[in-house]
Amino acid sequence: MSIWFRNDKRLPQARLAVVSYVIVGMIGVLLLGFWKLQVIDSDKYGQLAERNRVRSIPIIAPRGRMLDRDGRVLVDNYPSFSVLLLRDDPALVEKNLPAVADGLGISISDLRDELANTKNLPKFQPIVIKPEATKADVAFIESHRADIPLLEMLMVHRRRYLPDAFMGNTIGYVGEVSEQQIEDSNGKFRPGDFAGKTGLERQYNDQLIGTDGMRRVVVNSVGKEVGRLSTQEAIPGKQITLTIDYDLQMIAEQSLGQRPGAVVALDPRTGEVLAMVSRPTPDPNDFAVQISKDEWRKLNEDPLHPLLNRAIQAQLAPGSIFKIITGTAMLEDKVPPESFTTFCPGYATFYGRQFKCWVLSSKTGPRSHGTTNLHDAILKSCDVFFYTVGMHLGIDRLAYYASKLGIGHKTGIDLPSEEPGLMPSPEWVERVFHRKWYAGETISVAVGQGAVTTTPLQLARTIGGIASGGVFKQPHLLKDAQNVGEERFQISDSTVEKITDAMYGVVNEPGGTGGHLKLTGIELSGKSGTAQVIGYSTRDRVGKQKKFEDNAWFVGYAPKRNPEIVVAVLVQESGQHGGEASGPVVRDIIKTYYDKKNKKTNGQYTVELEHRDLDGDGGVSHPEANTSPTSAAGSAKPAHAVVAHAAAAPAAATIAPQVALKREDTAPTAAAREDKDSPPH
Amino acid sequence: MKDAPGTKDYDWWLLAILAAICALGVIEIYSATHGSALDGMHMKQVRWLFVGVILMFGLSRLDYHLILDQALILYLIGILALIAVLVFGHTRFGAKRWLPVLGEFLQVSELVKLIIIIVLARFFAEVQSDDLSLRDLIKAGLLVGIPLALILKQPDLGTALVLMPLLVVGAFLAGLQWHHAAIISLVGVLLVGSVFFPPVSKHILKPYQRERITSFLHPEDDAKGSGYQLLQSKIAVGSGGFWGKGFGNGSQNQLGYIPVRYSDFIMSAWAEEQGFKGVLLALGLYMALLLRLVQNAQRAKDRAGMFLVMGVAAALGFHVLVNVAMVIGAMPVTGIPLPLMSYGGSATLFVFLAIGLVMNVRLRRFVN
Repeated sequence: MSIWFRNDKRLPQARLAVVSYVIVGMIGVLLLGFWKLQVIDSDKYGQLAERNRVRSIPIIAPRGRMLDRDGRVLVDNYPSFSVLLLRDDPALVEKNLPAVADGLGISISDLRDELANTKNLPKFQPIVIKPEATKADVAFIESHRADIPLLEMLMVHRRRYLPDAFMGNTIGYVGEVSEQQIEDSNGKFRPGDFAGKTGLERQYNDQLIGTDGMRRVVVNSVGKEVGRLSTQEAIPGKQITLTIDYDLQMIAEQSLGQRPGAVVALDPRTGEVLAMVSRPTPDPNDFAVQISKDEWRKLNEDPLHPLLNRAIQAQLAPGSIFKIITGTAMLEDKVPPESFTTFCPGYATFYGRQFKCWVLSSKTGPRSHGTTNLHDAILKSCDVFFYTVGMHLGIDRLAYYASKLGIGHKTGIDLPSEEPGLMPSPEWVERVFHRKWYAGETISVAVGQGAVTTTPLQLARTIGGIASGGVFKQPHLLKDAQNVGEERFQISDSTVEKITDAMYGVVNEPGGTGGHLKLTGIELSGKSGTAQVIGYSTRDRVGKQKKFEDNAWFVGYAPKRNPEIVVAVLVQESGQHGGEASGPVVRDIIKTYYDKKNKKTNGQYTVELEHRDLDGDGGVSHPEANTSPTSAAGSAKPAHAVVAHAAAAPAAATIAPQVALKREDTAPTAAAREDKDSPPH
Repeated sequence: MKDAPGTKDYDWWLLAILAAICALGVIEIYSATHGSALDGMHMKQVRWLFVGVILMFGLSRLDYHLILDQALILYLIGILALIAVLVFGHTRFGAKRWLPVLGEFLQVSELVKLIIIIVLARFFAEVQSDDLSLRDLIKAGLLVGIPLALILKQPDLGTALVLMPLLVVGAFLAGLQWHHAAIISLVGVLLVGSVFFPPVSKHILKPYQRERITSFLHPEDDAKGSGYQLLQSKIAVGSGGFWGKGFGNGSQNQLGYIPVRYSDFIMSAWAEEQGFKGVLLALGLYMALLLRLVQNAQRAKDRAGMFLVMGVAAALGFHVLVNVAMVIGAMPVTGIPLPLMSYGGSATLFVFLAIGLVMNVRLRRFVN
């Protein structure tokens, strides 16, 4: 073994010195690195650390409820639990996956797909594996907290609407906020928030929505909550009381049945909407959790446009209802004079063209109206009379009165997307079609045909306003609405007298088009309208088709002067006259109104409720009406069943609706919940 | 001839620096683990420190020339131990690195580092010319290459990497010629480059190692995987600011966002709680330690002693560089601990044994 190296004294001092410098340089560079992180970028990393440490957990504020005018709950919430899967520990997840799938009744492959889809989300962020936990799920999670520490529940409030799409389109529905809404909300909405999309839900979203609270907690690196910083409680949304009367609404829904159309009931003294129905309508409960894309597409592509609120959005020719406007104009303008009469042989010729009176195609009775004055013309709805009046008045005067009486303007109801309808005029054809007004058009417009269109709400407001002597209250749905608008249009008392006499006669005098609607003890008045979708000649050419059937209107009110209630009903494509198809709906509602009113004030009935077979007139079946009393009582839908029963059995009529929905203090949770769990009906 | 060096001959300054570093380590291990499932870890570290100090004093009494005489045998023992690890070793964290010794699992590669320091000191001390010939350089390369290959096989990229600076510093001090240095640098650059070049790296690196490289290069692509560790470490360091969040107050540390915060990433925890001022203290101590080692080398009695001391300096310096650079996100995760601050038995013992060699050299600088 060589030992020479023991005495080798040659030390490379210069190179050792180099190493010293390298050491100093190395430490210097490392310090520079720390300087950059800890001094220059310190704020940025400080924020990142804070974001790591603190997690904000939203506390969802329940949306405000909606009550009817008597405090009965129309829209409520129910607590719902979403099942969350914590994914912090992949090995644990993998191990327990079969047990989780089994316990919650989810297929394991779905669960795996879900996990694969959310692979890129941070691990500490739980995923929703079941949006609506059942009682069994909750029990499963609670009893397996120790051995399967992966499941958590998040409480959310879901909207609960009355079954069978009760008030569907008027109430609207809620849904996840759109990107546009998030942008417009100034930071109030976050993705995933729910907001009203249509109807009242949208109109009063700001009141209903409440403010979500926030729990700020300290979490460790595996997402476990280790401390609490602060809690900001959720502020529940405000409850709103509507002008809707549940009893009238229920009768309106039942009476219209499944026929496409609309019902509006107003109190013309205040503008309060007592009932509003549009058919068909989607069930807003379908939107409360989440509507599938498929279902959404179906709703949008449905030729019947179920998403349309026909009460405020259907713009259709008013037909003979318009004669009230023409008649009012005639009396006010005194052109032609009040004593004016025409002879109706079933048709008339103006400007070289023949215009038919509806009486010509009447299936029963005479084919002409003979000599008529204004009163008889309204009673019998004689077209020839009003053709002639229109010709005398001219389009400018007609348009002036129609416009003053509300045609062609929005009523200003507190609902989004109301349509204005249209009152045609020479200016209008000039602007839109760049042509002159044809004198013949005036003839059609005078009887509510041609280009004139109205919404059901508009007609209710107009007729109610005329009967109230020219006072038009702004229709509204919010009970304690501030600054309800009012328009006045001076109509002379004698005009009101004559017009309302005539409308009373429609129902109560022999020969009136609404004679079958007569109610003992109630001054039910009104006017029918049967609006052609296409002209008589076109119909003869294309033959009878459902979609070209007439629209049946009836606007009724009571009492005769200064009415308390006015009801406009539209039944689309019924193939029947307005009085036949729509009249009974008006009668049912007004009768219910008086039944309820009189019971409240006198405790006794003033009228006998006539038995009316709901299946009888539309030819459309009403399964609800056929529910026998016994099966109705045992069914999971007490509210509807009882009312269906009521329609068939007179004695129960006014009592049943009031007990059908429990009062506010005993919210109808049990009944409606049961309904949710029961099989689809 | 003085046979027994006195206590005053020990490098007390060096020991004081070491003690200070150890103290910082124990404090931060305590802060990082108290109240958690790892509670009490700082006391285990203190135990290792005591064992280390005893071993250090023991080794310092044994004349380093005697140790150098046995270099060949030590080398063979080291190689056999590495093979034994591969055959019988205990697997932890997906790598075979541990052999059971005295009821504890020891990382054989730590011992092999020490052996390579000794073997290289002996080898370079025997080089007689002032210029290192290419032939000797290749021989030295082979000496390091065999254990290096075995350690890579465990796999333990970190420890394998530590062998490289031993060779580089040794060769430099042994008179490495500039053109050889240029060639080695070129080879080195190619090698490192290939590690970062996927088509090549997939043949020489394990998947987890490649992942670390990728996540180092693109941490934003993988914020929750390996890149997560580096990002969280940087957040910890940066959020500490100049003054730090205070002892036991680092949220990244206390809430477990810093990976292995008591060991490889202890500097991250320290920097978060003590801030830049604390970093200044810690890195100042490490600089003092390294410069003190170089000073000891300069005053060594002979070339062999100088190489021993500088081998130790190279190993510790490299540890500090790679670990701290990793903590600030400037290097990928390699699993190299910070000497004397990181928790770890084998690593602590290695440092004290290495310092024992340094003391050994110092004690004998006046002998003869």
